Amino acid sequence: MAREPRLSATSRRGDAVFRAVAGSAGGLVLVLIAAIAIFLIVQAAPAFRRAGLSFFTERQWFPDATPARFGVGALAFGTLVSSLLALAISLPIAVGSALFTTEIAPPRLGRWIGHLVDLLAAVPSVIYGLWGFLFLVPRLVPAERWLDNTIGFIPIFHSRHGIYGRSLFAAGVILAIMILPIIAAISREVFRQAPATHREAAMALGATRWETIRYAVLPFSRSGIIGAAMLGLGRALGETIAVALVLAASYDVKIHLVEPGGNTVAANIANKFGEAGLGGREALIASGLVLFAITLLVNIAARAVVYRTTRLAEAKA
Amino acid sequence: MSVAQGLLGHRSPRRTWTDRVAVAALAASVIVAVGVLTLVLGYTIARGARAISFDFLTHSMKGVGPLDATGGVYHSIIGTVEQVLIASLLSIPLGLLAAIYIVEYGTNRFAFAVRFFVDVMTGIPSIVAGLFVFSFWVLGLHQGFSGFAAGMALSVLMLPVVIRASEEMLRLVPDHLREASYALGIPRWRTIISVVLPTASAGLTTAVVLAIARVTGETAPLLVTAFGFESIKTNPFDGPQSALPLYVWSQAASAFDVAVRRAWAAALTLVVVVLALIALARLLTRRDRLGVTQ
Repeated sequence: MAREPRLSATSRRGDAVFRAVAGSAGGLVLVLIAAIAIFLIVQAAPAFRRAGLSFFTERQWFPDATPARFGVGALAFGTLVSSLLALAISLPIAVGSALFTTEIAPPRLGRWIGHLVDLLAAVPSVIYGLWGFLFLVPRLVPAERWLDNTIGFIPIFHSRHGIYGRSLFAAGVILAIMILPIIAAISREVFRQAPATHREAAMALGATRWETIRYAVLPFSRSGIIGAAMLGLGRALGETIAVALVLAASYDVKIHLVEPGGNTVAANIANKFGEAGLGGREALIASGLVLFAITLLVNIAARAVVYRTTRLAEAKA
Repeated sequence: MSVAQGLLGHRSPRRTWTDRVAVAALAASVIVAVGVLTLVLGYTIARGARAISFDFLTHSMKGVGPLDATGGVYHSIIGTVEQVLIASLLSIPLGLLAAIYIVEYGTNRFAFAVRFFVDVMTGIPSIVAGLFVFSFWVLGLHQGFSGFAAGMALSVLMLPVVIRASEEMLRLVPDHLREASYALGIPRWRTIISVVLPTASAGLTTAVVLAIARVTGETAPLLVTAFGFESIKTNPFDGPQSALPLYVWSQAASAFDVAVRRAWAAALTLVVVVLALIALARLLTRRDRLGVTQ
């Protein structure tokens, strides 16, 4: 940054004021994150008091009944499973398309592909939900049936109650599409940071395009890809509307992913908020607090990893 | 590469084929990604185009029965415009100031913490932003559901996007412009206002428009703040209000064909609005004469 000139007293006072105003706008971000945590904790407290520790294990969701029985057991399971499935589907495609855009395609084409993949992130989640529910789910039914018939001996691909499409598997597929652009965008950034000298050295030694990627790009990018994957996972964990539209909500824990039913924390909030009484809404806020805590941890860890990689790159450059 | 091949002679067929298969797999993943985008947008546009009409855009849902094919999205358009405007008014000035702080003054630990948590904040689930405003505004301050509450929830989501994007644009302003201004004896804050901001203005506008496009489609936070409403309501402070994404959600949940038709028509409206905003942002980038955003 440029060094400043010596200034008169009034100018320096102007600078101090401007700096303080801008700084407090920055500080507001920290205040806001703290405020989110505090207000959610305060409003969720009655629900935690009512449910006790069973809040984390109970699978049913009847917060307005007497006696009330509610907890995030089944919801947390569904959230985790659908998000991990989404990551498993999305990661190879996102990383593959990022590698193609940065390493293989000519720069102009690469930019265009980048813009198109970014456009996936611009589609509102309610559109993914509508499309997922009315277009994707009916077309996934044959795929799920095929999975059940051919590799149904693996429990996650087996259904005991027939196949209707609105399953955790379908939720995983729609989430995979939704997290693809963020994983791809971060991966592209990470691949661009890989030192050009390594690439050139590999090519000079006669390496093929794939060998260049394999030995000069990927080793450098490993932790960046992990960070990108975790950011994608964070997105999937918190996605609400699309999952709420695709899933046929049910409160059970089961490993049979192609069976109808299952639910996630976020989707449950969208589905239950309208009909809930005050106790029910407090319970939903409590589940939202759990979601906030988990996504915050995942995001902090992911950003720390991504920061380290890109900073290393800046230091080496 | 072909030159190297020529000079170094023979490359084993196994290496050649591994390379071809790997590159084909990478190309296939691009085709899958772009193919899915085409399917989502194509199907939405096709279904929406068959259901949309002028009447749909100019009527609300007031007095529309569950089996009526009439009714429209006018009240939701009003809601979305007002809520996004409120979110913009809250988050754009704050976001710009925060970005200025990070770029122009940001060499200390505090600025690093701000930058880090802005990134973390982009990952907060949108439903959590909604529940936060619900907890603090509706339950805490007893203000009830409203378009304004929805605007606040959207601003929580918009703020980190505005900061991050503006930050990138401000960093592109070359240092020698700042130095030239200092050399003329102009204080730092005047330099920022009269040199840095005008230079980055095209880029900043793009950043702001993209942030608006991003929050326009948000549904989950509106569910717990605006709540939804059937008739036209222009005052965003006066109780529950509708919004385009909320409208799609409520019609999609219905079992009746007429409602599903309305859901597709509203989905098309929403997609057109979001894509138009993105196209506008691209256009602004192209007109950027200083090349700051290139």
